[in-house]
Amino acid sequence: MNVAKRTFDAVIVGAGGAGLRAALQLSEAGLKTAVLTKVFPTRSHTVAAQGGVAASLGNSTEDNWHWHMYDTVKGSDWLGDQDAIEFMCKKANEVVIELEHYGMPFDRTDNGKIYQRPFGGHSMNYGQAPVMRSCAAADRTGHAMLHALYQRNVRANTQFFVEWMALDLIRNADGDVLGVTAMEMETGEVSIFHSKATIFATGGAGRIYYSSTNAFINTGDGVGMAARAGIPLEDMEFWQFHPTGVAGAGVLITEGVRGEGGILRNASGERFMERYAPNLKDLASRDVVSRSMVTEINEGRGCGPDKDHVLLDITHLSPETIMKRLPGIREIAIQFAGVDPIKAPIPVVPTCHYQMGGIPTNYKGQVVVPKDGNPNAPVQGFYAAGECACASVHGANRLGTNSLLDLLVFGKSAGETVVEDFKAGNLSLKPLPADAADASLARIARLDSQTGGESVFDVGLEMRRTMQKHAGVFRFDALLREGVTKIAAVAERAKRTEIKDKSKVWNVARMEALELDNLIEVARATMVSAEARKESRGAHVRDDAPDTAENPNGRDDKNWLKHTLWYSEGNRLDYKPVNLKPLSDDVEPIALAKRTY
Amino acid sequence: MTKRTVQFKIYRYDPDKDEKPYMQDISVELEPSDKKLLDALVRLRAKDDSMSFRRSCREGVCGSDAMNINGKNGLACLTDIDSLAQPITLRPLPGLPVIRDLIVDMTQFFKQYHSIKPYLVNNDPPPERERLQSPEEREELNGLYECILCACCSTSCPSFWWNPDKFVGPAGLLAAYRFLADTRDQDTNARLDNLEDPYRLFRCHSIMNCVDVCPKGLNPTRAIGKIKDMMVRRAI
Repeated sequence: MNVAKRTFDAVIVGAGGAGLRAALQLSEAGLKTAVLTKVFPTRSHTVAAQGGVAASLGNSTEDNWHWHMYDTVKGSDWLGDQDAIEFMCKKANEVVIELEHYGMPFDRTDNGKIYQRPFGGHSMNYGQAPVMRSCAAADRTGHAMLHALYQRNVRANTQFFVEWMALDLIRNADGDVLGVTAMEMETGEVSIFHSKATIFATGGAGRIYYSSTNAFINTGDGVGMAARAGIPLEDMEFWQFHPTGVAGAGVLITEGVRGEGGILRNASGERFMERYAPNLKDLASRDVVSRSMVTEINEGRGCGPDKDHVLLDITHLSPETIMKRLPGIREIAIQFAGVDPIKAPIPVVPTCHYQMGGIPTNYKGQVVVPKDGNPNAPVQGFYAAGECACASVHGANRLGTNSLLDLLVFGKSAGETVVEDFKAGNLSLKPLPADAADASLARIARLDSQTGGESVFDVGLEMRRTMQKHAGVFRFDALLREGVTKIAAVAERAKRTEIKDKSKVWNVARMEALELDNLIEVARATMVSAEARKESRGAHVRDDAPDTAENPNGRDDKNWLKHTLWYSEGNRLDYKPVNLKPLSDDVEPIALAKRTY
Repeated sequence: MTKRTVQFKIYRYDPDKDEKPYMQDISVELEPSDKKLLDALVRLRAKDDSMSFRRSCREGVCGSDAMNINGKNGLACLTDIDSLAQPITLRPLPGLPVIRDLIVDMTQFFKQYHSIKPYLVNNDPPPERERLQSPEEREELNGLYECILCACCSTSCPSFWWNPDKFVGPAGLLAAYRFLADTRDQDTNARLDNLEDPYRLFRCHSIMNCVDVCPKGLNPTRAIGKIKDMMVRRAI
């Protein structure tokens, strides 16, 4: 196959919030930039974020970045790196105000400032009481943000390659990153995007689970590409199960509903979160709320004929509040749950939502790997931001509204780092290896010629069911061990998938087969990393690591206060230290403590 | 609910092998949990992986899966299967070139969106904090900013069908008014100049197909009326 070559200063893969924010930095600095995206930018999954973006603006209640940092470190169950967390919380006001200046239609307070609402795990004065920190545009914050960022990129003349799917990362013998291969959906043609800098902003892989709030496109493309190219994946055992997915449908109901006063109730109508989190109640951290819900269901206090969900109740809120602050939620409840939340509670279950781990980066957005004794050596020419990356600010559990903040702060930071590296003359166009496109062409050639294989649909379904059963909200040693074997078997089957559609033009079957390759890397990383981590921390809670005096909540800091690194080749695990030291002297390290809400 | 079989009639065209488009009769057995048209289409793809359409969020916010459903534009993910008469007839959005099956080339649609300068213009040096806007001023943007660019409206508009290169179309005009209505935007005159033309704005004849099909319940016709009012007020 003839492979065209295109040359750029920088290539960004993904045009969600992180990719668009990075692109602005590069376009405005005049770098020749290509943004590759497999969907039109405003269709990226950032669009589905609802409740808000965190910033300690203090518009409605007193607030400051120290409190935000404390909440984030505690939320991460101390697995987050405190330098990156300090950086993010300090930068929050700046990036949110910028967004307002770009035209984002935030809701407003009576005095004209950005409206803020309470959110899970966010508190004032180090855990004392809920704080109003989530900056919101009704319950459509992600939509408003993504469109504002796209619009700003239109103004900046950013060059997009829309409906181009990136296939593989190109590295040379030294391990430097030289760009990517990508396929144009309309023609099926593969091109090489040769660049001095490559930024991944490809989002998460929530579609490894059967029940997910995530879009069809969330297939971990960048994460899979990085893993295949020898980059380790960090902390992939940590997946967030959002407490309130619509039962049966999986569609997200924002935590902002509870921020506005919504209450979770079991079959007897009890507000059960009072028992699990006496202080923050329904606004405890997501992992805590999800586990409490599953416990209620497992102990027979679930709702409905099958006692398989709980209820999210906002019938006590005024219809005016619901129509003004939660109009999108009302539409979703009517569409997907068949109830009008003004009149009846919404059936909800914990649903896979967010990938805390990802491609290891530092707070500058540089991808870092262990090399010559340095656990965090930057990979030349490679950067990542947003859900595909692990900075690590979310550690073992992410707080709501910190994902939109993550993509703004680290999208911008990755962009700034590329611009600085470019201006300092540290980036050059290195010669492409002769086999730069071979791996991608081989993957496509296999799909063109494969006969007697299984369908992508069947293999994908088996992967999703396995992940759901073996690596869910609660984890069991025996199930995890079995899961490792099962996922390895699914991975073998994925090598022999067969597609019937051989067309060159907009071939969805081919796209889904290539996406499955990426999902499989993520599923393997998750299962192997989870099986190995013999403690409970944040979203990873095991039956054989219970709450004891020595290990509160089952967390074992002596042996497991460390980041997992998983390598695709040989399913190999390595570990690196957590950075407990903040970036500056402005703040003391947040000392280890038992997590309670 | 039990398993049920649904009959479809679907527009098929693969330029790689088909000389011309054709309508395919096909049926699919649904699981009890399949409620939306998109669920059925995903089920169909498991049976025939060459069935091509765009989809992503499956909850009506990304705007990918717009198509012509029993003669009316809508989103597959927000359309109840049981609300549709069978055979369910699916065609690509009308008026745009077809790439393959239900996938249309949206270049012209986005060109018109881009033509209205869909970004905030404010040339004052940015203040340290947010630009203030009262809740009432912010309220003016409701019904405008929620557009998901699915193109259901523009591709149901006869004026857009006849003049897709000259008439901005309902989606683009809704976006134009979104910025005209924003108290933070300073480009009012230039925005109105940009639309003062026999085609760009004034080809709207208030047929209101756009309002009828918008899956987000938005009203481009009203926004267009408001732009026309601004033009008139400016002229006096």
